[in-house]
Amino acid sequence: MSQLTQTLTRLGGVNLLPVALALVAFVLIGAPSSWVTLTVAGLAMGMMVFLMASGLSLVFGLMDVLNFGHSAFVSFGAFVGATVLAGLSGWLASDSVALETLALVLALLAAILFGLVAGWFFETVIIRPVYRDHLRQILITMGAMIVAEQTILAFWGGSPYTVYRPRFLEGSWIIGDVSIEIYRAFAFLLGLAVFIALYIVLNRTRIGLLVRAGVENREMVEALGFRVDRLFIGVFMVGSALAALGGAMWAGYETLITPSLGGELMIIVFIVVIIGGLGSIEGTLLGAILVGLMSNYLGFLAPKMALASNMILMVAILLWRPNGLRPAVK
Amino acid sequence: MTPTTGTYAVKLTVLAIGALLLFAPFLFQDVRSLEVAARICIFIVLVASYDLLIGYTGIVSFAHTMFFGFGAYGAAILLKSMGPGWTPVILGGIAGVAVSLVMAVAIGLLSLRVKAIFFAMITLAAASVVLVLTSQLSQLTGGEDGITYRAPDLFKPATKILTDADGKVLRLWGVAFNGKLAAYYFVFVTSLILFLLMLRFTASPLGTVLKAIRENEARAEAIGYRVVAYRTFVFCLSATFASIAGTIYAVWLKYTGPDTSLSFAIMIDILLMVVIGGMGTMWGAVIGAVLLILAQYYLRDLMGAASEALHGIPVLPELLAADRWLFWLGIIFILLVYFFPKGIAGTAMAGGARR
Repeated sequence: MSQLTQTLTRLGGVNLLPVALALVAFVLIGAPSSWVTLTVAGLAMGMMVFLMASGLSLVFGLMDVLNFGHSAFVSFGAFVGATVLAGLSGWLASDSVALETLALVLALLAAILFGLVAGWFFETVIIRPVYRDHLRQILITMGAMIVAEQTILAFWGGSPYTVYRPRFLEGSWIIGDVSIEIYRAFAFLLGLAVFIALYIVLNRTRIGLLVRAGVENREMVEALGFRVDRLFIGVFMVGSALAALGGAMWAGYETLITPSLGGELMIIVFIVVIIGGLGSIEGTLLGAILVGLMSNYLGFLAPKMALASNMILMVAILLWRPNGLRPAVK
Repeated sequence: MTPTTGTYAVKLTVLAIGALLLFAPFLFQDVRSLEVAARICIFIVLVASYDLLIGYTGIVSFAHTMFFGFGAYGAAILLKSMGPGWTPVILGGIAGVAVSLVMAVAIGLLSLRVKAIFFAMITLAAASVVLVLTSQLSQLTGGEDGITYRAPDLFKPATKILTDADGKVLRLWGVAFNGKLAAYYFVFVTSLILFLLMLRFTASPLGTVLKAIRENEARAEAIGYRVVAYRTFVFCLSATFASIAGTIYAVWLKYTGPDTSLSFAIMIDILLMVVIGGMGTMWGAVIGAVLLILAQYYLRDLMGAASEALHGIPVLPELLAADRWLFWLGIIFILLVYFFPKGIAGTAMAGGARR
């Protein structure tokens, strides 16, 4: 038994969970082609959720601040991205791939830029006064979420908003009898790129070292003379920008968005952050992929169960590891 | 603690509200006002029971509407399947409380050990799952459309409670003593009893222990109180009250659907009411519920008029549109949490202390 545990740990420990889940699903689904489609869909969804959740997790790890208004960035990102794409619909209609790519890049950049600015505003105006007071933090960020959602309603109205997307991302690749939606592959690759970038920044640069040290023991880093609060603004802004990027990607994925999008996704984001363990991006990625795979497999195998699947997953994991799979905070 | 002038002012206000609610059918003789008054009664109970959690024990739960919904759906499903009568109401109420208790114990034991913030997230997730399940299991719950049913015969508008010499419904100061009036007083009296029970509970030794836990968890634990047990207990207690309030609301409305009992919008309303009224004082719940429900019903009209008046100016009319009242309440809410974290009642009660 202990030998088995050791082997498992050497192979990657909890990182094997998504693989195990995929294998179980493979047996249950039976048809390899639908399994591949579902797996790609799950991975793509996981990556988009990872974008939204990573900032929340880091912000909590670093400063003990949980932002219930995080979903506002997701919604705003989705709507800003969609608006830019709608504004550039002339470019999208043209036959030039370069113009279409440019429109897409501009839309994603607009969402990121918006996230950065909104994050800075949110941090200094809303959250700064209530550091270290969990009750008021929850209340204030909740209030901010209400205001943000209402603002979106005032600007974009309550009816569903159609999202244009570049034509080269439409359709799907067909390999044998397996079909893969191009947008999903794109979402997966973008998410992976962001994860690798975050991983390198956190593990290979001085700033990343300070962030990780701050998550581990903030007082000690402050005692050494570093301004953790300034670092925190930066992390908060990046986290908000990632959430907005995730929202914009999600808008393209759904193609029809409503202002309640952020609120609906927030539940999944919270579950991911809890499963993964607060404060670590590796944990968040793991949680996001688990949730993405689980909801896609169960949506195929037992549609009625799919609704509760994330909740069941969370309860099971919390019973096994109360602090999440890979918590950074010891 | 010596009572301050502010304390008297708050208590007098609450008493005045109680008196207004008691005579509401006679003072405001239209259907809409009675609807508002009944809603206020029920929300006072709901908000007060939430205050037991957030104000007295310092735990933030987002699953309060879930319990409210269990109570409402319990009565609704049984009233629909068994026909009108008191048995389905009572059985439904008991069933609602039972389900609420099971869920409360499960959530409590699973997550009250961890940080407050985890608890908030887990309750949010649980509540959203219940909401989705309710809209999906449409054979049982009527899905998005909800359930329409008839209340016990006593509450039919045609029922004559008191008759005059001619055998017609007795009218006193223009108010007919019919089933509608009986239904209102049913809501009023049960709400009053529930509220007084909670008031009594907060004054009991148990209530004091809860306040001790809120103020300093480690110290309370060190004195020998088992914090997790007390928290789970109060979570169950508040769930029970919320569930009963849900049953009463279901009987009053004769309709139960996700929007009237389970939706996240109601949770936000409750949160706003508690914080605006004042956390940690039962009186605050009363003030908050009254203010917010009045705002809900009458501020919209006012804002609609303002929006019309500002027609032509960009953005402002949209922000002032009748549906945007939550926007302004959200801003007021944030400002209150910053500057008056004790809410209206708490601030007023502290106000007269300076001599």
